Amino acid sequence: MSQISKKQDTSFVPGSTIQGKWNKQHYIVVRKLGKGAIGSVYLCKRQDGKQVALKISEKGASITTEVNVLKKLSKVQGKPLGPYLFDVDDFLQANGGRLSFYVMEYVNGKQLPRYLNEKGADWLGVFLLQLLADLERLHQHGWVFGDLKLDNVMVTGTPPRLRWIDVGGTTQIGRSIKEYTEFYDRGYWKLGSRIAEPSYDLFAVVMMALHCAYPKQFKRGEYPEQTLKRKLRHTRMLAAYQPCLEKAMKGYYRSSAQMQQELNQLITKRKISYLRAQPQTPRHKGKTDQVTLPLLETAVIGFISMLLFLIYYFFI
Amino acid sequence: MKKGTLKQILLITDGCSNQGEDPSMVASLVARQGITVNVIGILEDDQQEDPMGLEEVEEIAQAGEGVSQIVYQKALSQTVQSVTKQAMTQTLQGVVNQELKQILGPNQTIENLPPDQRGEVMEVVEDLGEKSNVEVLVLVDTSASMQNKLPTVKEALIDLSVSMNARIGKNSFSIYTFPGKRKTIQRVIDWSEQLDSISSIFPKLTSGGITPTGPALKEAMYQFSKSKLSRSMKREDESNIEETGY
Repeated sequence: MSQISKKQDTSFVPGSTIQGKWNKQHYIVVRKLGKGAIGSVYLCKRQDGKQVALKISEKGASITTEVNVLKKLSKVQGKPLGPYLFDVDDFLQANGGRLSFYVMEYVNGKQLPRYLNEKGADWLGVFLLQLLADLERLHQHGWVFGDLKLDNVMVTGTPPRLRWIDVGGTTQIGRSIKEYTEFYDRGYWKLGSRIAEPSYDLFAVVMMALHCAYPKQFKRGEYPEQTLKRKLRHTRMLAAYQPCLEKAMKGYYRSSAQMQQELNQLITKRKISYLRAQPQTPRHKGKTDQVTLPLLETAVIGFISMLLFLIYYFFI
Repeated sequence: MKKGTLKQILLITDGCSNQGEDPSMVASLVARQGITVNVIGILEDDQQEDPMGLEEVEEIAQAGEGVSQIVYQKALSQTVQSVTKQAMTQTLQGVVNQELKQILGPNQTIENLPPDQRGEVMEVVEDLGEKSNVEVLVLVDTSASMQNKLPTVKEALIDLSVSMNARIGKNSFSIYTFPGKRKTIQRVIDWSEQLDSISSIFPKLTSGGITPTGPALKEAMYQFSKSKLSRSMKREDESNIEETGY
């Protein structure tokens, strides 16, 4: 049986050195970048001066699992899906404790909501399309992202690209989701299982969009599906994507490519529907049927003209 | 490697056991029987991170070779599933470590392997975790101080079955509360695959001030041996059928 290690102190002050037991590399801590369920991430300087991100934890097994995922992702062709992996090693503490760590590319960028704030919410559509394309590549290789959320992505580079910075939840299709966050989890919203399949990620994409629109998030309520529908319809930020997001929320799409295609259609024909929807959306929060009104209008006009035509054709 | 059944007790309590045997002692005993004891301590919303009465949470779990965590109510759902899964991984790692020792010598454990090989071994552990059968007995403290927390506990347990049933391996859950009316523990649900059925039947609370955690754990242990008996019989049956198939 494995023994439980007493809780170890994994905090490092800037300037301290982390040295690997096996590969003998030195890393000098610059500052802490964050702390998660599994260990802490530090910005470090490598011997050659390059800035890298170093994740360290007393949970050796979890570190190993994450490294396995990063290695798998690095084999996917095309633009990198996860951060590059540079080094994997153990650090022996002065008190004899052992910490495991891995070193990866430091992705320096902006959180998505902040980027949208500065550059305009229109960018969201572009990032969603790009994210869906990346997910499609991941799914094609038999993997599901799992713990997809705003905290795990970052906007970086020119042209701006949404990069994945924490891929620890990546799970083989058909297995149980390794790691998730309640707000983004379809199981929590009672809209599906926690079995790893493409639609699990697509649901999380919807929740990412919702999280952008409602930075403070919101409660599940008694009828989770109704709550989500209402929230999707009551924000202008997502009005253009609403039909597609609602479908993904319900698990309609089998593949990321399918969702990407439909979203793309919505975005590219947006200008027409935008003109119509604009005067109606901002006020009258209570009435959800207003979104469907233009549709109804078209249907009625179509129906009447068909009737007239029939009358004309048969009776005159 | 055999694909056995992992046995766990998940104790959900707010600490302060005050009657009967020392729960840590009982937990050690339970662990000897191949059953892991995991403990989740629930905090009051206004309680500090390190409150009185909850020290025993970590002690019991250590003695029971399991995992412990102290949380606020709102984080309970995620904690219940992560503690259960962590404990599974931990047990399986132990099993794999023993195999490694047999193959590579007494001092060889996963941690002593170089990182590259470690990765391959962890894949095996993960694989086992996904495919092995799991029996979880949930033991809920329903002493007076737990009163306002039970609805959350119920939610968390339903959520646990959602997580566990996404695995490939089989699951079996049962739920007991303590203290029982005249018995040490009270059965809420007998061994079953789903936990949806608890929606309506969480029992009324015992309002007394006693929290006999130790005796409750001991009694919980016996619930396994019962199911083990019936189960091993079943397995024999299955193998018979297989044999006649030849």
